[in-house]
Amino acid sequence: MAEIHLKNLAHSYYPNPKGDGDYALKKIDHVWEDGKAYALLGSSGCGKTTLLNIISGLLHPSDGQVLFDGVDVTDLPTEERHIAQVFQFPVVYDTMTVYDNLAFPLRNRGRSEDLVKERVMHIAEMLEMTDVLKFKARGLTADAKQKISLGRGLVRENVAAILFDEPLTVIDPHLKWLLRMQLKALHHRVNNTMIYVTHDQTEALTFADQVVMMYDGYVVQIGTPQELFERPAHTFVGYFIGSPGMNILPTHIDGNLAKINGLSVSLPDSYKFDADKKIELGIRPEFCSLSREEGLDSIPVSIKRIEDIGRHKIARADLAGQEVNVIVPEGISITDEHTHLSFDASQINVYSNDWLVERGAQS
Amino acid sequence: MNKTWNNKAWWMVLPVVLLVAFSAVIPLMTVVNYAFQDTFGGNQFFWAGLDWFEEILTSERFHNALGRQFMFSGIILAIEIPLGIFIAMNMPKKGWGVPVCLVLMSLPLLIPFNVVGTIWQVFGRVDIGLLGAAMAGMGIDYNFTQNITDAWITLIVMDVWHWTSLVALLCYAGLQSIPEAYYQAARIDGASAWSVFRYIQLPKMRGVLLIAVLLRFMDSFMIYTEPFVVTGGGPGNATTFLSIDLVQMAIGQFDLGPAAAFSLIYFLIILLLSWIFYTVMTNMDKENGR
Amino acid sequence: MSLSLEQVSKVSGRDTHIYTTDLTLEGGSLNVLLGPTLSGKTSLMRMMAGLDAPVTGRILWNGDDVTGKPVQKRNVAMVYQQFINYPSLSVYENIASPLKVRGLNKATIKKRVNEAADLLKLNDMLKRKPLELSGGQQQRCALARALVKDAELVLLDEPLANLDYKLREELRQELPRIFTESGAVFVYATTEPTEALLLGGNTATMHEGRITQFAPTLDVYRQPVDMRTAQVFSDPPMNYLSLSKQGQQIQFGENQNIPAMGALANLPDANYTLGFRPNHTLLEKPDTEVMNFTGEVNVVEITGSESFIHLQHADSRWVCLTHGIHDIPPETKLSLYVDPAKVYVFDADGQLVIAPNSEVN
Repeated sequence: MAEIHLKNLAHSYYPNPKGDGDYALKKIDHVWEDGKAYALLGSSGCGKTTLLNIISGLLHPSDGQVLFDGVDVTDLPTEERHIAQVFQFPVVYDTMTVYDNLAFPLRNRGRSEDLVKERVMHIAEMLEMTDVLKFKARGLTADAKQKISLGRGLVRENVAAILFDEPLTVIDPHLKWLLRMQLKALHHRVNNTMIYVTHDQTEALTFADQVVMMYDGYVVQIGTPQELFERPAHTFVGYFIGSPGMNILPTHIDGNLAKINGLSVSLPDSYKFDADKKIELGIRPEFCSLSREEGLDSIPVSIKRIEDIGRHKIARADLAGQEVNVIVPEGISITDEHTHLSFDASQINVYSNDWLVERGAQS
Repeated sequence: MNKTWNNKAWWMVLPVVLLVAFSAVIPLMTVVNYAFQDTFGGNQFFWAGLDWFEEILTSERFHNALGRQFMFSGIILAIEIPLGIFIAMNMPKKGWGVPVCLVLMSLPLLIPFNVVGTIWQVFGRVDIGLLGAAMAGMGIDYNFTQNITDAWITLIVMDVWHWTSLVALLCYAGLQSIPEAYYQAARIDGASAWSVFRYIQLPKMRGVLLIAVLLRFMDSFMIYTEPFVVTGGGPGNATTFLSIDLVQMAIGQFDLGPAAAFSLIYFLIILLLSWIFYTVMTNMDKENGR
Repeated sequence: MSLSLEQVSKVSGRDTHIYTTDLTLEGGSLNVLLGPTLSGKTSLMRMMAGLDAPVTGRILWNGDDVTGKPVQKRNVAMVYQQFINYPSLSVYENIASPLKVRGLNKATIKKRVNEAADLLKLNDMLKRKPLELSGGQQQRCALARALVKDAELVLLDEPLANLDYKLREELRQELPRIFTESGAVFVYATTEPTEALLLGGNTATMHEGRITQFAPTLDVYRQPVDMRTAQVFSDPPMNYLSLSKQGQQIQFGENQNIPAMGALANLPDANYTLGFRPNHTLLEKPDTEVMNFTGEVNVVEITGSESFIHLQHADSRWVCLTHGIHDIPPETKLSLYVDPAKVYVFDADGQLVIAPNSEVN
């Protein structure tokens, strides 16, 4: 259990980096609190795996320091950092049984067989693997192997943090539900700091207490899943989270009226912006609705396509050439006569040059 | 995988089939023919049944040659396989060192066998050979033409020099295919270098090691040219391995019948031992979970 | 155009990959093969392409028997999960390769390659080598190569599985648009039910080498023919309850009884399995007649605007999907309400007996 502090950390894979473009990871200063579950979310190449490898010690950062409970571990090799890592593809020792796999990290550190047995049985029970302990690891399914990888990390007593590098990549959708639930339940029981890297926003939002959203080596937003969902700090976060992502509509704001396609929508607060800023309105498909009749603040749209995914429908509408998505709950029927789009005004976010503007701001 | 039937392929294979038939199958049938008959060449054949087989299998000369052969192959395998693995593990994996190493390792494999024999024969000569003269200069009594131990050591060193690269290259290929994540996980688990070798590298090299062991076993069991050139089978018959013995019998003494029987027995022994190696190594693979 | 598989099966050694199957696919719409890994999707697609020969049965293309025809002679394009491109050729040359093989002239090739590159937004990358591109771009190059061939049969084997979540969303929207215009027969294999629903068309659900159902996607979703199909086609997984009906009562678990409601009331007395989807559960009792269950909360997953509540009900694990954020601590006892009009009932053999009324649409 440890608090991890990344102090002025940055990383470039080039020996002589000249500008921001050469840095895979731009400057970050962040404290990962002890015992919390974090998600590092972003698309491929955003720097999340680089960050994870710096924390685990598999990569030495070009700038800055890594501190565990205040102690500088930047130069410490992986073995001495007391971390556990679960990789994308199950990594198990094929020739050993499940029991021996789980016992391996403890035996390497010279623990007594009694202690080994106690810890292995405890972890096996937590991961519901007691009935496969005697089998050779090679013959098991992918999700069982991932659990073994996880178990090897948990079995050590003083693990500072458990790092997950897209661990559910090879798991079937059905088993993903089970494994995700088990991971979350595990976190409640075990209280280790957990850092989970993924590009899947559902995995990130369901797992984490705090989500760290990354883009192109920058940390764009850190917050609870709810904050990232309701108040994304950047249009990229709005787009990335949610399926489909946030609708971003160019607009012109005067006081508390936003003009979209010639029509006005009232906002809960007033804003004032300089003429040269790019102003956009962000509203999630979950907070949009369609109706047949014109309403207060509604905007005419035409429905291009309706996708039914069972538990809700996604209506893809066209607003003067811009695509707007609306999530329609199950049971409500939508036809192309539903040409009026309205928003839940309390959920509208205003963005200036892609960054979120606080309510009632002037800039 | 059942590929869809394609008749054209058979036509392309036909030349090879004919060639193999001519150079291998027909001579083999001839040998089988001789093995069961008594002849001094010409066209006179007398049925001998299993006489030749009995004679060979009970002859002391055969047993001695067989014993020497097993000892030689055994020592070869015991040295070359671990040494090859060791070299493979220490070869560079990235950078300019890689092509340099690969080329250096391949060089001994490219030399024709009788040239290898000649190189070492000259090399070991006490009067003009680099090694021989150096040994004499250091006061070590080394003479492979007269001393049995020296002859064996020379042949073994020569074979190790010649063939270890094959094992090394095969193992290197096997090692390259191990994903980095395994090494990372092992570091995190606090595994020692030996544990990494035993639990990650060795199991993952199993496929290539099987090939390496089979190849080295078969080749060393059949070895002819190199020892013949270096020692001629001597001193006395200290290095007369099976194939040298066979040739002496067939061509030297012109005992075609026994020689043919010997050949078949030889062939069957290699087949049996290869099968044993193969079965043991692939069954080690089969101990599965469920 | 149509592709028919008649009594086709695939056995190798002791393993049966595909049990004897009939399937007919028409051109002009997307046909989805939905099933977990190792259910036989790839084996089936390989037989359709001509890469493998079926052990029994025939494969007919537009009525002609093509079973023995090797794949090079058939007009097939295939896209794989791994981004397969010729590494030493540029993107342009990759896309042009099937046309070069066919011997078209340079001007035609250039035109067709540019059309495909336009459609898949690769115009800026035509000179690069595949390994210099990102994963999404490499897969687009593979798709362009398949597209430009103008094949009559296009097979896509989990093409988006190795891509990022958001990229998958984008490409999934583009795919139907790109491919259905040509009228070819499209087959798309996937493990994700949501993907099948988003793509539309027809779906064949597969389970352990058998096709359990083949019908328009929403029909399979709403009326799965048996429990296995329902299982394959639900994400989150459907919740099940074993029960036995006796007169006016339903008995389940350890002597728990609730009245038989809705369509259940008319069933003959027997053992059944009840199935209900996670999104048809309610946390608050509505005024209408509902079925009431209790369970213990294992863990709650929150995704921004919805909560997935994982419950333990006797020996079963249930998932409930509700709107809003409900952060309920583990081990809380929770009451759950299910609208009887929305339940599925399967008989003792797993066959569908009752499905919810179709949605108002």
